[in-house]
Amino acid sequence: MALQAIAFYLLAFTTIAAGLLVVSARNPVHSVLFLITAFFSAAGLFVLLGAEFLAMLLIVVYVGAVAVLFLFVVMMLDVDFAELRQGFAQYLPFGGAVALFIAVEMVMVVAAVATNGAAAKNGLPNASPGGVPNTEAIGRVLYTDYVFFFQLAGLVLLVAMIGAIVLTLRHKPGVKRQDIGKQIARTPKTGMELVQIKPGEGISE
Amino acid sequence: MTFSANFSLVLPEIVLAIAALVLLVAGAFRGKVGAIFTLAAVASLVAAAATAVLGPHGHAFNGVYAADAAATYAKVAIYLSSAIAVVLGDRWLAQRGDQKFEYAVLVILAALGMGVTASAGDLISLYVGVELQSLALYVLAAMRRDDAKSSEAGLKYFVLGALSSGLLLYGSSLIYGFTGSTHFSQIALAAAHGGSHGVGLLFGLVFLICGLAFKVSAAPFHMWTPDVYEGAPTPVVGFFAAAPKLAAMMMFARVLGDAFPGSVDKWRQILVIAALLSVFVGAFAGLAQTNLKRLWAYSSIANVGYALLGVAAGGEVGLQSMLVFMTLYMVDVTGFFACLQALNRDGKPMETIEDMAGLIKERPGIAVAMTAFSLSALGLPPFSGFWSKFYVFKAAIGTGDVMMQWAAVLGLVGSVVAAFYYLRLIKAIWFDASTGSVDAPSPSARAVGFAAAIFSFPIVLVALIWIDPAAKAAAAAFGHA
Repeated sequence: MALQAIAFYLLAFTTIAAGLLVVSARNPVHSVLFLITAFFSAAGLFVLLGAEFLAMLLIVVYVGAVAVLFLFVVMMLDVDFAELRQGFAQYLPFGGAVALFIAVEMVMVVAAVATNGAAAKNGLPNASPGGVPNTEAIGRVLYTDYVFFFQLAGLVLLVAMIGAIVLTLRHKPGVKRQDIGKQIARTPKTGMELVQIKPGEGISE
Repeated sequence: MTFSANFSLVLPEIVLAIAALVLLVAGAFRGKVGAIFTLAAVASLVAAAATAVLGPHGHAFNGVYAADAAATYAKVAIYLSSAIAVVLGDRWLAQRGDQKFEYAVLVILAALGMGVTASAGDLISLYVGVELQSLALYVLAAMRRDDAKSSEAGLKYFVLGALSSGLLLYGSSLIYGFTGSTHFSQIALAAAHGGSHGVGLLFGLVFLICGLAFKVSAAPFHMWTPDVYEGAPTPVVGFFAAAPKLAAMMMFARVLGDAFPGSVDKWRQILVIAALLSVFVGAFAGLAQTNLKRLWAYSSIANVGYALLGVAAGGEVGLQSMLVFMTLYMVDVTGFFACLQALNRDGKPMETIEDMAGLIKERPGIAVAMTAFSLSALGLPPFSGFWSKFYVFKAAIGTGDVMMQWAAVLGLVGSVVAAFYYLRLIKAIWFDASTGSVDAPSPSARAVGFAAAIFSFPIVLVALIWIDPAAKAAAAAFGHA
């Protein structure tokens, strides 16, 4: 248990510290890297709770896709972060008050759930009921009870993909693309052309 | 029920999904749309409609999907109207040299989504169906991406559609939170027992109704409709005004008829207010319109109002009147937009009332068809519009509720006001001087327009012999989730 407690405090501290560094780092690329650190340590917290599926999702979805996307945006868009940060001191009191308000609210909600919520009445929810780990439990129902929703959601994503392509893809006629079949079928006869040039005229393209 | 038996119930959806995937791959490799491609898309939609009719009835996947008479009725109408949209749209885009194979694929996927909402037995399948349908429709609205108005239509539809999905989800989460289930049958049980969760459940229901009202473009959630209809390609508008409207009305019927059949007194007043607002917004705002697509957008808002009045009447008679109303309206509106897409002057679409001046001398056939649609939308007997309104008002008065009877009277007043703009269109077509020659209409659009006009009168009198019992059986299926 002591090991678990140490791991919890270590991960929780890293999460909060990384979170603070996300908003205070000067370099936006560093901010994104700290965000990734925060995601990783939060995933560790999920593992401690026994929710290994959520932990994997957090890493695959947030670190693998969202944070990398952020990184691309930060690097590709020329956003002047120094300018964005200019009113920092001016807005600090108001922003701090809002943050404090939300923090108090969260503590109250957590306290209410802990004393009156389902967990208080029925004991802590079990991450692996009946000895089945939660990844396996989800896998058992995903393609059986929920196969209809699962496939429909897949179709929704397909529509999103078709839509993005329909609305943005343009076939430009002048673009030179590699055509391997054409390259292989090329013979010295087709690859070479003998041109008779008259003196002083040159050839047109 | 065995696992594979579930799949035999969702066969229409499977047919459409496979057709969409095959057509997508075929289109991506061949790159162009031929007659065979369009034919295959139409054939798959007709095949899906046939499987819906012939397939077994029952509840699949623990009741999240209902294959009953109501779902069958709606699916046949939705799939056939989508098939017409595929034909008209492919021709229209081809004329403009902007043909895309994705058009047919997106229409099929939208039809798939609409079918899922029509047979939803659970809040999750309702929502996923809505998203599948809406996402495809957003793209269809923005299909002509080089046209600024089309892009505007797509963007507006997308932003407001996302907002309405948010309302829908918020309502669903409240309902789930207060009843503990997303199943319509479980929600109906919890709602029937009343108790402490009454107010929270009511809030959820109101949010859900608001989200659905957005989708069906009922006032006061109608603002996007005129802009989207004006900007989107004409055949796509004809599609928007027909199948998705029926699908959204089916969602109303599913949620209110399956999940809240016992709380009629709670949701009736909300629906009556939305219905009357729609009727009057449609009637009065339509007076100021000169663009026919905008005019028909307001006309569709008003018509949705009448259909909602049918839902508000509730019970078997009310839902039957809604289904009959929507079916007859779909034929009318499809025919009208088919005529509108057939009319071009010097290669430019004729979209304003002035453009229609003297049409009777130029194109007498289309002029007579458009006159029939206007008279039908006006509700003049013996056209189909009269019979559809007759069903709704009969259902509203038959409830014996004083509020519903007054609502029917006000609805009649609204339809008298709206008569002005329909008559103005007829006047322009028949009596104004022509301003130039009209291009030859495309045969497919003209054929659809004529067929719909002949349906509007006199075929409707014969067709009602079949539509009436089919809609009655469909309406009887609600409330057995």
